[in-house]
Amino acid sequence: MAKPAAIVGQTILYGAFAAFIGYFATAPTYKQIPDDVALIKLSMSHLGGRECRKRSPEELARMPPNMRAPLECPRGRSDIKLQLELDGKPMFETVMHPTGLSGDGVSTVYKRFELKAGTYQLAVKMNDNLVNPGFNYVKEAQITLKPAQVLVIDFNPDKGGLFFQ
Amino acid sequence: MSVHAVLRGNAQTAFERIENFFDEFFGGTDNPLRHLGALGLYFLWILVATGLYLYTVLDTSIQGVYNSIGHLSREQWYLGGILRSLHRYASDAFVLLMMLHLLREWAYGRYYGFRLYSWITGVPLIWLAYVSGIGGYWIVWDRLAQYSAIATTELLDWLPFFNEPTARNFLAPDSINDRFFTVLVFIHIGIPLMLILGLWAHVNRISRVDYLPSRRVMLATMTSFLALAVIRPALSEAPANLALVPADLPLDWFILFIHPLTDITSPAAVWTLIFGATILLFALPFLPHPEAQPIALVDAANCNGCSRCHADCPYEAVTMAVHPYKPGHKIAVVDPDLCAGCGICAGSCPSSTPFRSQEKLVTGIDMPQQPVDVMRQQVEAELARLGTSPGGTPTLVVFGCDKGADVRALASADTATISLLCTGMLPPSFIEYALRSGVDGIVVTGCREGGCDFRLGMQWTQERLAHQREPHLRGLVPQDRLRVVYASGSEQNHLATTVNEFRTQLETRADSSTRPPAYSRRKSHHG
Repeated sequence: MAKPAAIVGQTILYGAFAAFIGYFATAPTYKQIPDDVALIKLSMSHLGGRECRKRSPEELARMPPNMRAPLECPRGRSDIKLQLELDGKPMFETVMHPTGLSGDGVSTVYKRFELKAGTYQLAVKMNDNLVNPGFNYVKEAQITLKPAQVLVIDFNPDKGGLFFQ
Repeated sequence: MSVHAVLRGNAQTAFERIENFFDEFFGGTDNPLRHLGALGLYFLWILVATGLYLYTVLDTSIQGVYNSIGHLSREQWYLGGILRSLHRYASDAFVLLMMLHLLREWAYGRYYGFRLYSWITGVPLIWLAYVSGIGGYWIVWDRLAQYSAIATTELLDWLPFFNEPTARNFLAPDSINDRFFTVLVFIHIGIPLMLILGLWAHVNRISRVDYLPSRRVMLATMTSFLALAVIRPALSEAPANLALVPADLPLDWFILFIHPLTDITSPAAVWTLIFGATILLFALPFLPHPEAQPIALVDAANCNGCSRCHADCPYEAVTMAVHPYKPGHKIAVVDPDLCAGCGICAGSCPSSTPFRSQEKLVTGIDMPQQPVDVMRQQVEAELARLGTSPGGTPTLVVFGCDKGADVRALASADTATISLLCTGMLPPSFIEYALRSGVDGIVVTGCREGGCDFRLGMQWTQERLAHQREPHLRGLVPQDRLRVVYASGSEQNHLATTVNEFRTQLETRADSSTRPPAYSRRKSHHG
């Protein structure tokens, strides 16, 4: 091919290459959620409870002195039951199992919920020791979600248990 | 024929047509499609060089990463901003080329047999490239980084590896700390280092690796990136804010496409796709495929240890060892795992000359499926046939390659055709032999420049004919009776047209002006 035609051809093809790279490097724009939607993230990592038994003085006396722990606790942890209610209606319910081969690790949950922006009554109930009935942690509040807002539901015993952030 | 074979065949035809079209403008040496691996490597060096600068100015605190990178684009756009844009666009181009390279090698059937090692070592590089690319976006810690970090960790959390969901690290603005970015930077340096190491392994079994494309290609692609850097500089989005979902993201679809894919399907579907594709790529060489070519065989009595086959083998399959019974001599040794069965070594052997008088021509290194002796018999039979042709038009011998345009379709009363495993298998002495036996012209054809199925066959042939490589074509062979034609498998018409033009040229010139001295082989039964 004649040189000028080759130069024009190369310019067009390299230009097309640059345009392809340049365009798809930033476009088309991506919208993860619609404009009027907010996000609730439920995320917890918590050790379930366990039933410890107090050793009697006789039992302790029979043990070597360096092993006389007053409580005998099983290694495994309890499942954790969790319920979410939105405006009084069930939204999500789960039973979190402890991790680890011996079931002695934390129980975790991570879920996302997309909601239209607005005001809601949100209730979270948790039982971290299923030997006991009912829920030993409850958090209920009216929440107002703005578009694109992320509301986190978490658990931290140091922060009083269940909390919204 | 299996569905896979049909698919692959169609893909090969498509690649050949596009490459031939590009050849019209670029030529073989400068055709980017024929040098995808080398071009990808060049983009990697751009990434390394620009990345080193970006690393030196990066402040690895939460606010610092965003501000220090943003500063480059705003206050130092002429240097740091340009380098940042080059880093972005070279990474996109690298990923694009890597996938094209993969697709092209598959289309041409270069994934089994002696290429198994290169194919298998290439697969993990795709993972490393994507991990590097995705991690690189996090370092800026803008809205896009936030989206990618959360989407990636949510995807990872689907796997049963982690005790706690890793996405918890990005729950709220106070979830991450400065050290996160220190770790991230080390990962973003460490993974590319592993990638470079993997690339070394990937090309380890081939000789004369194309580490870089031609200067023109490097200059043109760099100019393209620089133009992009000026017209569309890479800029940060608003700072990450974990209390808000990022909206309207200018996504990098080359690297981050996996996140929207997860959003519209599910983590399970995406992991199935990723692991499925990886397993398929690893398994591909072990699925039914054409039989491997028999490998080259060395004849100790005829190998003089000249090392030409060792120098010419494109896959480092030939090494030199001490000759078993010729003191002070070496002998070629063929590694069966590396040998492609291309016959380039037979073409390079000084013993592969048809002028030798032995009844059975045994050469130093030869191909069992097409021995040089059979080649000589074919040539002599064809020469005898042409000698009895009605005459009138110039007689031609066309030497071609099984992988390029099919020369057999050109066979006629005045045209003899010999198809070789690779054109690089043709000892130049065969050209002289045919011309001196009375043929009017010789055509040597093979795959296009940069398109040789065995990498170097046509390059070596061209150099041997131009007296630049041993064994070279002797000076007494007139160049105007020789025509070299580059024609890939889909260019049958181009080859036919060129052969006819050459015949016309020979027809319209004085017959005896440049004819080499006639020769008739004396046959001997001695070894």
